[in-house]
Amino acid sequence: MSESVALSPALGSFLARAHEGEARELLARQGLPQRRLEAWRYTPLRDVDRIGFEPPAHVSLGEAEALLARLAPEARSGFRVVFVNGVLVPELTRLPEAVILTAPDAPLLADRPLSVLNSALQQPGLSLTVPAGVEAGQICLVSLVSGEEPVSTHLAHQVTLEKEATLTLLDIQSGEGAYLANPSLTVSVAEGAHLTHLRVQQDDVRATNLTLVNASIAEHGTYDSFTLTLGSRLSRHEVLAHLGGKHATVHVNAAQLLAGTQHADLTSVITHAAPDCNSRQTVKNVLMDAAHGVFQGKIYVDRIAQKTDGYQMNQALLLSEKAQIDSKPELEIYADDVKCSHGATVGALDDEQLFYLRARGVPYDTAKAMLVRAFLLDALSLVTDEAAYALLDQRVEAWWLNREG
Amino acid sequence: MPAVTETREAVETLGQSTYKWGFETDIEMEFAPKGLSEETIRFISARKQEPEWMLDWRLQAFRAWQAMEEPTWQKPEYPAIDYQDAFYFAEPKKKPGPKSLEEVDPELLRTYEKLGIPLHEQAILAGVEGADQAERLPVAVDAVFDSVSVVTTFRKTLEEAGVIFCPISDAIREHPELVKRYLGSVVPVSDNFFAALNSAVFTDGSFVYVPEGVRCPMELSTYFRINARNTGQFERTLIICEDRATVSYLEGCTAPMRDENQLHAAVVELVAMNDATIKYSTVQNWYPGDENGKGGIYNFVTKRGACRGRNAKISWTQVETGSAITWKYPSCILAGEGSVGEFYSVAVTNNRQQADTGTKMIHLAPNTRSTIIAKTISAGHSDSTYRGLVRMMPKARGARNFTQCDSLLIGDQCGAHTVPYIENRNMTARVEHEATTSKISEDQLFYCRSRGLSEEDAVGLIVNGFCKDVLKELPMEFAVEAQKLLQLSLEGSVG
Repeated sequence: MSESVALSPALGSFLARAHEGEARELLARQGLPQRRLEAWRYTPLRDVDRIGFEPPAHVSLGEAEALLARLAPEARSGFRVVFVNGVLVPELTRLPEAVILTAPDAPLLADRPLSVLNSALQQPGLSLTVPAGVEAGQICLVSLVSGEEPVSTHLAHQVTLEKEATLTLLDIQSGEGAYLANPSLTVSVAEGAHLTHLRVQQDDVRATNLTLVNASIAEHGTYDSFTLTLGSRLSRHEVLAHLGGKHATVHVNAAQLLAGTQHADLTSVITHAAPDCNSRQTVKNVLMDAAHGVFQGKIYVDRIAQKTDGYQMNQALLLSEKAQIDSKPELEIYADDVKCSHGATVGALDDEQLFYLRARGVPYDTAKAMLVRAFLLDALSLVTDEAAYALLDQRVEAWWLNREG
Repeated sequence: MPAVTETREAVETLGQSTYKWGFETDIEMEFAPKGLSEETIRFISARKQEPEWMLDWRLQAFRAWQAMEEPTWQKPEYPAIDYQDAFYFAEPKKKPGPKSLEEVDPELLRTYEKLGIPLHEQAILAGVEGADQAERLPVAVDAVFDSVSVVTTFRKTLEEAGVIFCPISDAIREHPELVKRYLGSVVPVSDNFFAALNSAVFTDGSFVYVPEGVRCPMELSTYFRINARNTGQFERTLIICEDRATVSYLEGCTAPMRDENQLHAAVVELVAMNDATIKYSTVQNWYPGDENGKGGIYNFVTKRGACRGRNAKISWTQVETGSAITWKYPSCILAGEGSVGEFYSVAVTNNRQQADTGTKMIHLAPNTRSTIIAKTISAGHSDSTYRGLVRMMPKARGARNFTQCDSLLIGDQCGAHTVPYIENRNMTARVEHEATTSKISEDQLFYCRSRGLSEEDAVGLIVNGFCKDVLKELPMEFAVEAQKLLQLSLEGSVG
């Protein structure tokens, strides 16, 4: 298996820029993931493979400010870290004093194509540690890309929470153009620490977003995440969560709202490697036009992970004849004293519910909007931070008005 | 037909073949040269006196097989199979069996006892020399037990109804037009590695044809086939139901079957036309190997049904307790408007057994419906996987699917896995899936124990309750034995 795969335009352009080392070698050997790879059967990177990606151009401070105002107005105040075209903009960045910037040392995951790609072309991202016991509040991580030519960014972020630290990371991805954003985020949550990760992906609909989150959670620690996917022509949000200490908790919740020919994939692998851990997952897809939603969720329960409580729910609402959903919820369980369940439903809006509303004088469009919002509420309501909830809700509202208007 | 007929089938199968406890490699046989080649296939085809088109079909399958790679995506692991180090055509000759019951493996006899098999039947099952002749006579008094008269009577009934039921090799010669039309139409020769292998070298199996408007007057079972007692390693079954026809087919046996062939790669094809119904029930209890999983059967089967007509219905029910590895996905292609697919499954694994089973429901037409109920029970060091696909194609307006997968773990050294694939291309189609994994609750155990049940009986009771939704789909006489079988399969897994 040492021979390399055929050099596609994308692969050629990546290898030309890649750092020397193991990741580059793996990339050269494996290429971009295609359909024959089980984990990528629903999201093969065939189209991406045809594009040669360039490094993005440098952006002046003035342009960066304008981009920020245009694309991520919610991040104009408060603590934030701003990356434009894969480079930190220090003038726009302001961090709380309590956090410490550290040297990144994210591991390369050889069996995860997104980790390989990100590592091979790695650009330094946000790498911070919240010291023990510190409540760091909210930090906004803004990643923007702008470029008419196909460009790609490969930021590697790393967030470490020491014992009993807390942080809310509001992660905003946006941009203009037919770019590729391929960030990675390595999360480490120590004993009793709590990270809330709220992500809004509102990339350009011509763009591609391939994100990898690799989280490990220690005893009594919590990684609570919610991802709202609105943008990109093609996107994949892949979450690997490793529950390594007793009573650790992980939430991987998401909503994907897609229209046109958008394709969005949410893939998660939750590993219960210690007893008494808890994992929760609610994923909703709302699909219009010829959009294609993908959900792959695996819960792995190790032999020692007794008393595991795992729950996974994924639902899709198809609002058009041409919309499609592929869903693969998966359980792999080796411990006997566990409570694991998953559920999946796929279908159109319920005619009876529509009828109920219309019989009470609610116009069709309003009734439809109400039902879609109600459908999303199960997932959105899991966001407990009020300000964050308001932001997500407002994004959903704007998306819906945009489609219907 | 009472349950004993199923046992009886085993009696026949085992009595006639060179059955013995465990595996034997030095059995005297008439065989084709070792290995798989065009010559082997020509030899098989010639021995079966097959027409030219059949040979061509086999060779086509063989060429497809040669170009294919053995799959590796499955969960069970097994050592590489050397396909050239096997015989593909063997007519076993009778060889001396045990002289009396005393010589039979006591473990085996204990199993028979638990299943409630009468002593003389045990002797026949175990292949005790002379048992099948000497002991058959008293049994023959009971009409049900007399295989010859039973078969003749039933053959007559079937003939009067117009049902064709015969070994597939007879069908190839006697009904070539039907076989030609339908064989490989549901599972094409190049469908998958093991189906291609089967298509190239299959030696026996059943053929059923139920003509228009006929409700098959009895449940058909492999037992009633004449001249097909040695079902062999590569079985091929083809069942066709014309418009408004109905048939129920039983396969397998609750008594543990021993076989000298380790790899079993069968193919079953079902075709249901307008308003036709096919019910296919399987109880599989092949040799699972010893406690360390040594020597068990690899059961790699391709089963698929096509609902070609309006409101056709295909229902698969399986109780899988045997084999070292069970690897199969009985599937339904719902091509006729309003057609229905059902899959009810219980898979039990114990010791070192591995199972990777489930179904595929492909909804092609409007208003098609499918139901999947899969119960998985793992004990000992075993691993059991449910793997299933529900696919709603763009024309499947108003289609429905409901899937429920429940896993029960007994002990902390086993594994239970669920891998469903849900693909929807039609907004009006509705798919619902739910899965749970749990263990037997202490409350339930305590409740049973405090009412005087032993721990093993309590577990048996609870497991039967867990599987009730599936067992009730089995033909009644089968269901009774299946319940016993479940309990037996889990023996030694508690306490």
